[in-house]
Amino acid sequence: MTSLPFGLTQQELKTGAIGAAAVLVAALLPVFDQAYYLALGVNIMLYAALCTAWSLFSGPTHYISLATAAFFGLGTYAVGLGIDHLPFPLLVAIGAGCGAVLAGIVGAATLRLSGVYFVIFTLGLAELVRQLVTWGQSKLTTRMGLYVFTDFTEKHIFWMLLALTVAVFVTGWLINRSRLGFAMQVIGNDETVARHVGIDTARAKIILFMVSGAFIGIAGAICAPRYAYIQATSAFNPTISFLVVIMALLGGTKRLWGPLVGVIPFTILMDFVTAKFPNHTSIVMGIAFLAIVYFIPNGVTGVIEQVQARWKARSGAAARQPTEVRP
Amino acid sequence: MQIIVTGILLSGTYALIALGLTLQYGVARIMNIANGETLVAGCFIAFWLFVSLSINPIFGLLIIAPLAFALNWGIYQVALRPLVQRAKNRGMLEVDSILATFGLMFLLQGLMLLAFGGEYVNYQFLAERFMLFGSAYGLNRVVAFCAAVLIAVALYLFLYHTRQGTAVRAVAADPASANLVAIDVAKTAAMAFALGGALTACGGALLSTFYTFNAAMGITFTMKALIIVIMGGVGDVRGAIIAALMLGVAETAVASLIDPGLTIAATYALFVLVLLIRPQGLFGRRTT
Repeated sequence: MTSLPFGLTQQELKTGAIGAAAVLVAALLPVFDQAYYLALGVNIMLYAALCTAWSLFSGPTHYISLATAAFFGLGTYAVGLGIDHLPFPLLVAIGAGCGAVLAGIVGAATLRLSGVYFVIFTLGLAELVRQLVTWGQSKLTTRMGLYVFTDFTEKHIFWMLLALTVAVFVTGWLINRSRLGFAMQVIGNDETVARHVGIDTARAKIILFMVSGAFIGIAGAICAPRYAYIQATSAFNPTISFLVVIMALLGGTKRLWGPLVGVIPFTILMDFVTAKFPNHTSIVMGIAFLAIVYFIPNGVTGVIEQVQARWKARSGAAARQPTEVRP
Repeated sequence: MQIIVTGILLSGTYALIALGLTLQYGVARIMNIANGETLVAGCFIAFWLFVSLSINPIFGLLIIAPLAFALNWGIYQVALRPLVQRAKNRGMLEVDSILATFGLMFLLQGLMLLAFGGEYVNYQFLAERFMLFGSAYGLNRVVAFCAAVLIAVALYLFLYHTRQGTAVRAVAADPASANLVAIDVAKTAAMAFALGGALTACGGALLSTFYTFNAAMGITFTMKALIIVIMGGVGDVRGAIIAALMLGVAETAVASLIDPGLTIAATYALFVLVLLIRPQGLFGRRTT
């Protein structure tokens, strides 16, 4: 085998090529349809970015973060507050910064302790930030909503979200190759062992959570022009946090592409349910949570891998048997 | 003074909800996110009993508590026992139970939204003035507080002065060792979970006498209860009561002095303080 630059393997190169082809195909979607399928495509891209960013942190650590809506809302508000004064790319960067800072604060307060504290803290975080933002707005300004008028149309948002998803994937892949990724693997398998071999577990977790929070902040910033009119209750909608958890777990968080497997069917399902049975959305979400916990705790990718392993073991056993029988 | 009294009156019901959760989490080891939904169910049943059958909510407790006990027993046996048996360690059970009870939360919330609609509901019960230290308070708040105190005292007597209560505390301390001294851990855990549900539903019924409620508010109360439980130390009855008092007073103070929209912020400020100073809870022992 010829050696490739940067220590890449053939397998990684192949996956990269398939990924690039998939991105190209996806990028062509706005050419074919500008209405329903594009809107659906934007939703899928949004959740693909959110769920993959979520899994960057929650996959290896098994900490269930419900802070997604808080980061997302901060990103949206960064754009909403600054759109009249600053250029859009700068605002997206500010959104990322806000997400990272909030993640850093939450991480510093809770990630030194056991996972339960983290879940509880993130559970109310979106509501907390929403209350603070609303309060600040009522003290400093007179109006409660923010208008965001830009030249961006749905297809621009789609492309930006696609680029963001690619960025999240590349970052996730780079992290997996780095010292941080290796540290996270050790922490995920056994935290006590990780501490004993000299890994600063709290620091590693906080850094990873900040990366994840920054990406979610960017996603929020990108979506701000889509809403046009931003209110605290819609920007910090806690349902986003729960949907991200369901989709990511449905796909499985062990592989980088796992969440994507959950995002596509579940976004389509939720789209159908909200259109046809708007009063039943929380029942569907409840059943989805229960189904995941009881039937597919490792996600769809977990099931696929299990089947693969069983298949391999069977064919491996079949191949080995004759050699054992031979005298 | 008025703030302190209002806060203490409010904290009575908070304490019941948190006691319910601390039993479920401390003894049965189930972090029950759907606890707030039990509370809301208690609110609606009390409302329904009062409006359609004109049963006084305080006597309504006699119906609601056994009902909630039976229902939570069922939930534990059907939905949560398999998770307890499947889990290899405590961390895994925690993650599984949190996810499963998220599911229960959405399911119950969705069912209640269908049944009762999303509107805010309240009813008039004992809406009279009651003079205390020279200021007027709603009589319903005072009555709800007294009832909560009675229930909490009954729980304390049960836990610290009966055989069964001692068994419950033993399981809270260490399920494996409790098993060694012939305590049926599975049964005790189910009992504690059901009892916790009953307490929470009672808290809900009392809350409904003076509070405007709707089908979607459960999660807010779950969060408050979780924070109280952590502040007080998991599975600790006295700690939960003192933490509930602190939270009730802090919340009322922020709502009346700064802004009524900042109650969650007040809760979080207390939570962060506890996490930074005493993460094991007010009376909890440090674990490794």
